[in-house]
Amino acid sequence: MTDPSTAATGAAVTTAAGEFVTAAEHVEAPGKPRSLASDAWHDLRRRPLFIISALLIALVLLMAIWPSLFTSVDPNYGDLARSRQGPSAQAWFGYDNQGYDLYARTIYGSRASIIVGISATLLTVLIGATLGLLAGYYGGWLDGLMSRVADVFFGLPFVLGAIVILSSFRSSGDASATEIIVLVVLSISVLSWPVCMRIMRSAAIAAKQQDYVKAARALGASTPRIMVRHLLPNTIAPVLVYATIALGAFIGAEATLSFLGIGLRAPVVSWGVMISDSRDVIRVAPHILLFPAAFLTATVLAFVMLGDAVREALDPKAR
Amino acid sequence: MSDTIIEVRDLVKHFPVRVGVLFKRVVGHVRAVDGVSFDLKRGETLGVVGESGCGKSTLAQVLMRLEPATSGSATFEGRNMLTMKGSELRKLRRDIQIVLQDPYTSLNPRMTVGDIVGEPFEIHPEVAPKGSRAQKVRELLDVVGLNPEHINRYPHQFSGGQRQRIGIARALALRPKVIVCDEPVSALDVSIQAQVMNLLGDLQTEFGLSYVFIAHDLSVVRHLSDRVAVMYLGKIVEVGTEEEIYEHPTHPYTQALLSAVPVPDPELRDQRQVIRLEGDVPSPVDPPSGCRFRTRCWKARDICATEVPELVTRVGNHPSACHFAEEKSVVP
Amino acid sequence: MATTQSEVDSVAVDGVPGAPLLEVDDLFVEFRTRDGVAKVLNGVSYRLDAGETLAVLGESGSGKSVTAQTIMGILDMPPGVITGGAVRYHGVDLLKVSARRRREVRGSGIAMIFQDALSALNPVFTVGFQIEEQLRLRRGMSRRDARKRAVELLDLVRIPNPAGRVRQYPHEFSGGMRQRAMIAMSLALDPEVLIADEPTTALDVTVQAQIMDLLKDIQVERNMGLILITHDLGVVAEVADRIAVMYAGRIVEQSDARSLYRRPGHPYTRGLLDSLPRLDLKGTELTTIKGLPPSLLRIPSGCPFHPRCPRAQDICEAEVPPQHRPAPGRLSACHFAEELINGE
Repeated sequence: MTDPSTAATGAAVTTAAGEFVTAAEHVEAPGKPRSLASDAWHDLRRRPLFIISALLIALVLLMAIWPSLFTSVDPNYGDLARSRQGPSAQAWFGYDNQGYDLYARTIYGSRASIIVGISATLLTVLIGATLGLLAGYYGGWLDGLMSRVADVFFGLPFVLGAIVILSSFRSSGDASATEIIVLVVLSISVLSWPVCMRIMRSAAIAAKQQDYVKAARALGASTPRIMVRHLLPNTIAPVLVYATIALGAFIGAEATLSFLGIGLRAPVVSWGVMISDSRDVIRVAPHILLFPAAFLTATVLAFVMLGDAVREALDPKAR
Repeated sequence: MSDTIIEVRDLVKHFPVRVGVLFKRVVGHVRAVDGVSFDLKRGETLGVVGESGCGKSTLAQVLMRLEPATSGSATFEGRNMLTMKGSELRKLRRDIQIVLQDPYTSLNPRMTVGDIVGEPFEIHPEVAPKGSRAQKVRELLDVVGLNPEHINRYPHQFSGGQRQRIGIARALALRPKVIVCDEPVSALDVSIQAQVMNLLGDLQTEFGLSYVFIAHDLSVVRHLSDRVAVMYLGKIVEVGTEEEIYEHPTHPYTQALLSAVPVPDPELRDQRQVIRLEGDVPSPVDPPSGCRFRTRCWKARDICATEVPELVTRVGNHPSACHFAEEKSVVP
Repeated sequence: MATTQSEVDSVAVDGVPGAPLLEVDDLFVEFRTRDGVAKVLNGVSYRLDAGETLAVLGESGSGKSVTAQTIMGILDMPPGVITGGAVRYHGVDLLKVSARRRREVRGSGIAMIFQDALSALNPVFTVGFQIEEQLRLRRGMSRRDARKRAVELLDLVRIPNPAGRVRQYPHEFSGGMRQRAMIAMSLALDPEVLIADEPTTALDVTVQAQIMDLLKDIQVERNMGLILITHDLGVVAEVADRIAVMYAGRIVEQSDARSLYRRPGHPYTRGLLDSLPRLDLKGTELTTIKGLPPSLLRIPSGCPFHPRCPRAQDICEAEVPPQHRPAPGRLSACHFAEELINGE
């Protein structure tokens, strides 16, 4: 912590290719001042990756909100006579073990999966990123305290922790679907935020040492301003990457909890429930696993692509 | 109005050295700035030179109120600037600004140039009404020699010299009276360095600025400074006008420092007398007793280890903190 | 190219028997980046003899370090691509020999030291171990002999208490000591050529003087060829025998040190010298070179310096200036080289 006059190290040539192409010669129209957000949006609209992923996500969201737009079949009407039948003209995806229509169930299942995935991700990132930013920026005892608390949560095994939370907070066997979803989301977030916090904390520590933060402080910028204008845009990238990966993992975690019998269960339909239902018959009727798994994968992929596109759009250097 | 704009007396900044994970123990102090006094006059440039670890950048941080001082006083236009709070501190921020060394990290990579140079107005909205800000930013870019049309560009689209100009524009935005320049040209190439130095000189004349100009390059400091303070391990060892320091140095450290600067003239190669200092600068955690330079000084005697030499005029007409101060011309 | 520099060069040094120690001949390197092809080196030629100090002077992006990395064979490829030219060590083109032979030359033939000694040394091994490792692997020395030699080497670079210092880690060394340790490491295999890439840029003036003295002494003692890459005109004036000035991937001027400072043969060199603040006088306004160095993605036509040159004429935009020989032992890639050196 002495004076950081590292002399003229910056004057040396590095071999990074970027060094040779720094001259500013981008085509641009003079005029209204723009901001990072408007530039990012402008950039996103022209990215095929973004458009494809946004369309996919919109489709899935539509399925989750109005499943009846896509199918008129009742997902919970089972007929054992057609158990495990393969795809046909009447049932595009075939029937499962109980004789439920897989297409209808996949459509209806999107709602619970999407709600759990998105809510858990949002909550995790919100808790983790906020605490991480505070801990990283303020440092000192606050950082010490928060990091230790995070360590405690981090030390809990996920499945064990979820079992404890879910089994002790679920009032009884007849809990409503909403209640279970809320509990599942909460238990996932409570057990996952330390990862996000650590990512944010280290990014914030790196960013707060940059000279532009010093310059902003010298201008008299308030702490919220420094956090929102200077730290957040420069630390959000790794969190976004984590969030997109976490989203997929959380939808999967919901499936795991269902499988263990402490998550969602019939009559609630979710991709996780469907996948866990297929486990016994996977050899004889692989299509029961295939369709929900394919939807799950496509959704997760769409979010990963979206996160990637947003991350790049928020980095002026990557444009 | 008084002639002196900033008056610093016995300024001390110690950083505690802590060990431990949760319960940190203080095991010592880095004496980064250890009793520094100087005056900055209106419209002048005070150069501060010294090697890395001498405390010159910490001095800048304390003056900018980025780090609290451990003890000592500093006044700005007669008011104690180290204890200011709230609106008074905000007013001080408008009067003292800083230009930082590294043009690559001193600009937020995710803000446009317009946002960077306009940020001072957002923080101090009373300076410029909202509608006039874009125009003001364009004017500032023009003043520092950048194309005002470039407000929508990002820092990475500029070269090092241009980025340093952006940093200067940001510092100028609030029309400060004093600018602390912390190694503003040391990361730049020679040809660009000259351009930025000329710009700083022109701006001083145009806006009547006072500079505290911190650098390790003695030639750069001489070029811009009216008076020069030489620092070693947290203390000023010699201070005087640019001519007194460069032509008539009296402190052995100043002499060694000056003699070690390579002169860009091969003809002088064998004629120059370089005073070779042995070893490295001691750790500021545990500086030598008495005179801090004594461990590397060829003149050191017993008294140097026991008595701290005061910064007073002993020979010539400027102060020097050496028991055996003696004028010696070393610049060819 | 009409006349390559090496042809002119070989005329200049006519009569020297045998191949030169190190010769860079018409080297072309490109960096293929996402934004396009950056022409980093565009026909760089220079040579180095034993016991000689060649200073390669240039600003960021001039290609001075890339040339050195190409010589050493440590250029990052991709994005770098060598598109032409040769690097001859004792007459053998290193760009054509096998990777194994190349590795043999590295260290024992040509060694390199870097600006940032802290990142060039591995933080998890002791300084001694890093020196010994080379000796044991390449010279087949025993542990004990290697340790003995490492201590000798640290002593050679004037590190006090070398026997104790070999057991320490790089972070326990100060900046100057680290740079010394790196020099010791580079000398371990007795190279004939030492390339020093900005060896003193990160150091303080007083330490810088110590390191330059050390390098100079070692070079004289061992009759090594030294390539000093730097942007510091002061350091160059202190130690260089010959100077090559680079701009936008080309060598724009080559000369012995004294003549270059007395009478620069290229407007760029003159601009650099004029824009230096001087320790011995307080100037008012520095003479600057207007504008910025070009982007290597779009190097100007003709002479790459013409948009910034105070003497530029129409010919400068139209024609790439060949390497003129305005005076014995001097080369200048300027259409008006003769006027610059002899005129006025």
